[in-house]
Amino acid sequence: MPKIIAQTGDDAVAEAMRQINPDVVVAYPITPQTEIVQYFSEFVAQGKVKTEFNCVESEHSAMSACIGASAAGGRVMTATSSQGLAYMWEVVYIAASYRLPIVMPVVNRALSGPINIHCDHSDTMGARDSGWIQIFSENVQESYDNTIQAVRIAEHKGVLLPVMVTLDGFIISHAMERFEMLDDEIVQRFIGEYKSEHSLLNTGHPVTYGPLQLFDYYMEQKRQQHEVMKFVPGVVLEVAKDFEKVSKRKYGLFEEYKMDDADFGIVVLGSTAGTAKTVVDKLRDDGLRVGLLKVRLFRPFPAAEIANSLSHLKAVAVLDRSDTFGGLGGPLFEEVCASLFNYQFPEGLRIPVVNYIYGLGGRDINLDHIKKVYADLSEIVQTGKIKELVQYLGVRE
Amino acid sequence: MPEEKGWKDMPRGGMILEPGNARKYETGSWRTLKPVMDPNKCIHCMFCWIYCPESAIIVKDKKMSGFDLEHCKGCGICAKECPKEAIEMLIEEK
Ligand code: SF4
Ligand code: SF4
Repeated sequence: MPKIIAQTGDDAVAEAMRQINPDVVVAYPITPQTEIVQYFSEFVAQGKVKTEFNCVESEHSAMSACIGASAAGGRVMTATSSQGLAYMWEVVYIAASYRLPIVMPVVNRALSGPINIHCDHSDTMGARDSGWIQIFSENVQESYDNTIQAVRIAEHKGVLLPVMVTLDGFIISHAMERFEMLDDEIVQRFIGEYKSEHSLLNTGHPVTYGPLQLFDYYMEQKRQQHEVMKFVPGVVLEVAKDFEKVSKRKYGLFEEYKMDDADFGIVVLGSTAGTAKTVVDKLRDDGLRVGLLKVRLFRPFPAAEIANSLSHLKAVAVLDRSDTFGGLGGPLFEEVCASLFNYQFPEGLRIPVVNYIYGLGGRDINLDHIKKVYADLSEIVQTGKIKELVQYLGVRE
Repeated sequence: MPEEKGWKDMPRGGMILEPGNARKYETGSWRTLKPVMDPNKCIHCMFCWIYCPESAIIVKDKKMSGFDLEHCKGCGICAKECPKEAIEMLIEEK
């Protein structure tokens, strides 16, 4: 029987890691991820996991050790945030290019500078092109569920890629919420055993990971990384289906909230989806047909599916919790625009899409901010005009 | 050089699955200078064998007995390290 308990996001992720019982965890603490590793280290001390747990001197070392352990054939996890992710940068790319199924919860926190410890998505957005799979969570439950599913996705024979599971710093990581924890045996059965095809420890069949590839092979390697991403959405859905059987909770590539008959809607990532759903319900009570699309799988970006889901709307707003400074708008905005431009578009139809940058460095986003976004969309639908393509929510002029 | 594979045939992540295949990589083609050993000077101290970065010193019956020219890249380290100046680097004639 699943246990219903109140826990913080960091607690819940640590519990998921306990149930996964990885062979190796190597980590370095950073706010607001610290508690994940702290709680997990208690499980190690209490003998509740068999994990080889290593505290190293930096995130660069943490990811390097994870790469070694994963190439050796272990089931490997770590966790980080913000500067920690930035510090492990060069090895983050290497984990993906070696095709190592490492699972890493990332507690989203703004990148310096100026120095800040609160939530935004600039850290994981920076790693969006690193070749990792990225799955965003809305609340404590999803952070827990996604961490468990990530193991299966990463280790799938047709995938073998590292996965970041993100949860919003403090908003999810430190807020206590009701959450359902599966039984340990169910999680163990769900993830199954991991058997690496090419272990560095297999002296009977020695292999080389990561040889030098210059102009002769580098491009083929990158082409392969591009291709494997195409298999990921199918695997994410397959794993979600199996997960539903054990948890009764449904997951997809994204979540559509009251989208079927919506006239206009917003696209959003992470915890803000929860706030926005409340606004959707309120506006629906007032008779406005509004909807919401919450992206779960950000890398690979399910472009065709999202374009299809939005294609009946008269206007779309994309909410970004990070900026690109010199790009068209926020990173999610750019993805949505590119998707709409390229896929499933009834001929001649153009949907106006606008962008709102919000919540940088933990700036609050409240119901009124989101109401304003829907009000703007309503105006765009009525006038057929976009006043401002990219706006900031909750910033002082 | 073995034929270059396309991305579909390449092992996942560019992994090398065949042990010891560096032997197939003939670094000897890089050479512009060629080491030549004078058997009258050589005392078989094995300095050249230790220092050669390509394992290109051939040893037979515990004696230095020449160079594996398929892999010797002509770097001249052996000549530099030889205590008896028994190795001379000569222009490679192709
Ligand atoms: S270093 Fe010189 S003397 Fe020593 S084995 Fe080599 S060639 Fe002979
Ligand atoms: S020239 Fe360089 S590669 Fe050739 S045998 Fe001497 S040390 Fe080895």
